[in-house]
Amino acid sequence: MVPLSWYMLLSLAVFTIGVFGFLTRRNIILMFMSIELMLNAVNINLIAISHYMQDLRGQILALFIIAVAAAEAAIGLAIVIALFRNKATAHVDEVQELKG
Amino acid sequence: MNFQVPELGPIVPELILTTLALIILIADLFIKRKEIVALMSIASIIIVTFALISSSGTTFGGMFISDGYSTFFKIVFFINVILCVLISMKYIIIEKINYGEYYSLILFSTIGMMLMASAADLIVLYLGLELMALSTYILAGFIKHETRSNEAALKYMLLGAFSSAFLLYGISMVYGLTGTTDIKTIAAIISERGLEGNSAILLSIMLLTVAFGFKIAAAPFHMWAPDVYEGAPTAITAFMSVGPKAAGFAVLGRVFMVAFASIKIDWATILIIMSILTMGVGNIVALSQTNIKRMLAYSSIAHAGYALLGIIAANNEGLASMMNYMMIYAFMNIGAFAVIIMLRSEGFRGEDINDYTGLAKHHPWAAALMLIFMFSLTGIPPTAGFIGKLYIFLAAINAGYTWLVVIAVIFSAISAFFYLRIVMFMYMREPKDEVVLTTSAGTGFVLGITTIAVLFIGVFPSYLLGFARAALAGF
Repeated sequence: MVPLSWYMLLSLAVFTIGVFGFLTRRNIILMFMSIELMLNAVNINLIAISHYMQDLRGQILALFIIAVAAAEAAIGLAIVIALFRNKATAHVDEVQELKG
Repeated sequence: MNFQVPELGPIVPELILTTLALIILIADLFIKRKEIVALMSIASIIIVTFALISSSGTTFGGMFISDGYSTFFKIVFFINVILCVLISMKYIIIEKINYGEYYSLILFSTIGMMLMASAADLIVLYLGLELMALSTYILAGFIKHETRSNEAALKYMLLGAFSSAFLLYGISMVYGLTGTTDIKTIAAIISERGLEGNSAILLSIMLLTVAFGFKIAAAPFHMWAPDVYEGAPTAITAFMSVGPKAAGFAVLGRVFMVAFASIKIDWATILIIMSILTMGVGNIVALSQTNIKRMLAYSSIAHAGYALLGIIAANNEGLASMMNYMMIYAFMNIGAFAVIIMLRSEGFRGEDINDYTGLAKHHPWAAALMLIFMFSLTGIPPTAGFIGKLYIFLAAINAGYTWLVVIAVIFSAISAFFYLRIVMFMYMREPKDEVVLTTSAGTGFVLGITTIAVLFIGVFPSYLLGFARAALAGF
């Protein structure tokens, strides 16, 4: 059996990749994908812990996270489309009307 | 199959509001005059207020709690909704976004905040936070035809989702350490297993602080606030600067004071650093702003720094003064935004500080009201802002943080510069050209209520604070 710590290390690695991707990528779609990576890293963590402790709470939270992530992606993409109609870009550095 | 319906008593206000918000969403299809939809949403809030009075207790296996603490915050949210809907009615016509779903989104966001205030379990907390945040992302980008609004929604969305991933990672670590997500049980297990000095629990506290810091717009997690506040529709800026901030403080208080009560030393240190940074960044950067919405965004950041002192004090006195502060902040901030909304008219944005030049000449009443709100935000007696700060600082001094209060008072003195600059522009400069005010019954009503509240709380402060203290009786 794979020990729990391996899963937690995997989760930490995926989460870090997500954070790194979010901070370095400048394309909005890729930033969303990085956020999805972070959320799925949390899911790995939760399900591994939940299985290890034979407790269902972690899996319930993971299901909720999947559902909320879907809603978040829908709203995020809708915002990107609204932006794209006014200004044809998906690059965050070009979206800079607000500053000061 | 053995299925029991949980006791629904404590959650009735949320259930009623969900139903009414859905009804309003559908009724919007048939109602041509959107003012009626706005009045329907105000009516539903009033109905829910009556339901709120009679609901208390815990339900869903201890996941949901309705106590004095949550009730107080829910009243702040209700005041926030009613005032923001009233100032929106005319404003969204001018912005050409007169759609009915605007109001149902405000209600959905409020349900999210109510769930956050009542969450006794980290899962409910997360769901409430997301419901609040997702609705607010849409509202921030509601002016679809304007790039500024799109940009605000995009920035809010990206950073909000980023911060909630941190919240989840923190929750998953707490879950791994304690085997539960129930806030009360976490506290019991931490002291039972001696997890006080554990570095993993410290890391999870940091992760939770990052997420809550985003919601209350505390430095160094405040980057989104100025941009989002400036780009979002003004009525939504007023809504966002009060509701999500108060909800953030509600969960911050409950999670840190209940779940992590035994490791107070650790989180208090983090919060002290955060509070000093927040007051510093908010007050100093606000000095150089020329857009009034952006200036109020920095002011809102600074006010989060003051309110954090109440949580740092970590006793009932501190929490009561923080709740008191949130209520006062709701009145004075929405009042200031109501004046800003009056300046917005067809083809004229009225967001630049120069637009306020000589306002007192042509519109003495509007200028006088703005004067009251600016004095209150600065914290000059006899306005409510003074009372709010006074009690927060007293609570912090009694908890032994005199040096921190000295820093807060210095920053508060700095803040007088940018608030009173507006007053100076209004009263001591000659007007360049006349500004046309957009008045409506709703805005007038809001200005009346907020002015009376700000002056009343300023002169008779004991009622509100007594109410906050009584609300904490069973905390």
